[in-house]
Amino acid sequence: MKPYRLLIAIIILATNAHVHAQLSIQITQGVDNPIPIAVVPFQTAGIGFGAEDVARVVANDLEQVGEFRALERENLLSMPSEQSEVFFRDWQVMAQDYLLVGKVTGTPGNQLVQVQYEFFDVNRELLLAGEILSGNVSQLRDIGHEISNIIYEQVTGIRGAFTTQILYVVAEQAPSGSASFRLEKADYDGSRPQVLLRSQEPIMSPNWSPDAREVAYVSFETDLPRIYTQNIATGQRRQITNYPGINSSPVYSPDGNMLAMVLSKDGSPDIFVQDLRSNELIRVTDHPAIDTEPSWTPDGRSIVFMSDRTGQPQIYQIEVGASSFDVERLTYDCFQCAKARFLPDGNNLVHVRRETRQSPTYQIAIINIETLRVITLTNTSLDESPSLAPNGSMIMYATKYQGRGVLDAVSIDGLVKFRLPSAEGDVREPAWSPFLN
Amino acid sequence: MGTQSYSIFKAALLVFSLTLFAACSSTEEVDDQQSTGGESDTGSSAQTSGTDETPQLTAEEIAAQEALRTTIFYFDFDVAEFKAEDRDTLTYHARDLAANPDRGIRLEGHADERGTREYNLALGERRANGILNYLIVNGASRAQIEVVSYGEERPADSGQGEQAYSMNRRVEIVGR
Repeated sequence: MKPYRLLIAIIILATNAHVHAQLSIQITQGVDNPIPIAVVPFQTAGIGFGAEDVARVVANDLEQVGEFRALERENLLSMPSEQSEVFFRDWQVMAQDYLLVGKVTGTPGNQLVQVQYEFFDVNRELLLAGEILSGNVSQLRDIGHEISNIIYEQVTGIRGAFTTQILYVVAEQAPSGSASFRLEKADYDGSRPQVLLRSQEPIMSPNWSPDAREVAYVSFETDLPRIYTQNIATGQRRQITNYPGINSSPVYSPDGNMLAMVLSKDGSPDIFVQDLRSNELIRVTDHPAIDTEPSWTPDGRSIVFMSDRTGQPQIYQIEVGASSFDVERLTYDCFQCAKARFLPDGNNLVHVRRETRQSPTYQIAIINIETLRVITLTNTSLDESPSLAPNGSMIMYATKYQGRGVLDAVSIDGLVKFRLPSAEGDVREPAWSPFLN
Repeated sequence: MGTQSYSIFKAALLVFSLTLFAACSSTEEVDDQQSTGGESDTGSSAQTSGTDETPQLTAEEIAAQEALRTTIFYFDFDVAEFKAEDRDTLTYHARDLAANPDRGIRLEGHADERGTREYNLALGERRANGILNYLIVNGASRAQIEVVSYGEERPADSGQGEQAYSMNRRVEIVGR
């Protein structure tokens, strides 16, 4: 007999930022003809050494999404910092389509900085955008991301997601065999990680509230999987469920008032919705097979979920509060289709797909439920937990690289990929935040 | 008239069915008692072990002790039912629980990393529930057993490949 096992979950809520070895992005696949852009180092005055290099932040942002290529700094012919110093012919000769210049001005004696930037269309010799942003010297990175947002939107017409963040879970296995788990939050590119929860027991399924103030997740800290919500700023927590069996997969409704979840309290896992204001629990599915991985349709009226009621995981949809438990099956053409979520258009479904029984590979794919056209976006074999950027441009997902869990991202057309290598442990279950501003 | 006689026929059918059902149920009970009695005759019942020093019972005791030392049960890929070869071992566990009503266990279900995490959490529970039901059918009380699934979150072997995966698809019996 095994000795009595005393399980103690040690939970430390991070009250201040606990910085770990930073994750840094690697572009693993880009487009064939990225848009050439010259990002001139910003002229600085009155700020100390070691302050964030705003132009570097912008260049990295734009290159990470794969559609841009920033001109190497050593190839810059001149270093203008404002419109009067810009000679468009210089940049036309360098075959640059766009040009960003700017200056960072500090105020002696305090932490305030002003960042002036100007963004040009080189071929049309036109100022496209320009303004003065101000903030604390510690916010230079955020200011850089904001400038990236503006450039991205000017060029692509799509709102930039460079000021968004991600949640993810890190698991570390000590040589002694004991494991530790952390729920972390970082910038979308993995920089500035902060620990939100630390435990000796597993943490799963982080999910942002639509206002990005709260996170819902599953923690085994009581030895059993239970759903919690946590205020990100204050660290204040609330245990939402304590039903027998599995309590998992919390997902906020688009209006933030409801939490979809999976409970196996009546024998097998079924989908439920809990009203966070009244705590009323509504049953959504009722089937002896496994129903799990709920996600909301964009209109917030129905839930898409995975069920193995026909023997293998397939995707289904059901209306919340419907008079029957009749479901609509959405996928037929895969051996297993799981973890689905609609794109904002309500037609395309991001999911994890295993094509055939013979090849046990799991990849991220999109199926159009009208045309049934499938686009497989990834080509690694253990891809899971896809999470969509709020501007719909990219999907972040978990995969294995050299035996460890890492986070990868792929553009919605499959053309661009980047990886956030992990400094330590297994990184998994990314959740991309809503727009934060 | 036709409707009425049909109703009478239906009522008669119902009574007949209920009688048949009751008969079946009582037959099952008798069968259960008989099989239990049969097993007692062979000396395998937990209540007789440890009080009788005949060699036959000691051998049975040794078998029981050995069975109870096995606390990890492995599963085939994508299969929720425990292996047929584990049936006897689990029967000993069930009898041990029946003979020691104060004892409690936890059944911890696990899956390998293939497939999505939430599905694996559910698969781990399905595996543990299979063993739970078997233990109850064989004499354990529901109140003695707690079930928890860890899905793929607590692998026994963190490697990739069938070697590691076969170690991770498991249910562990843990004392509590």
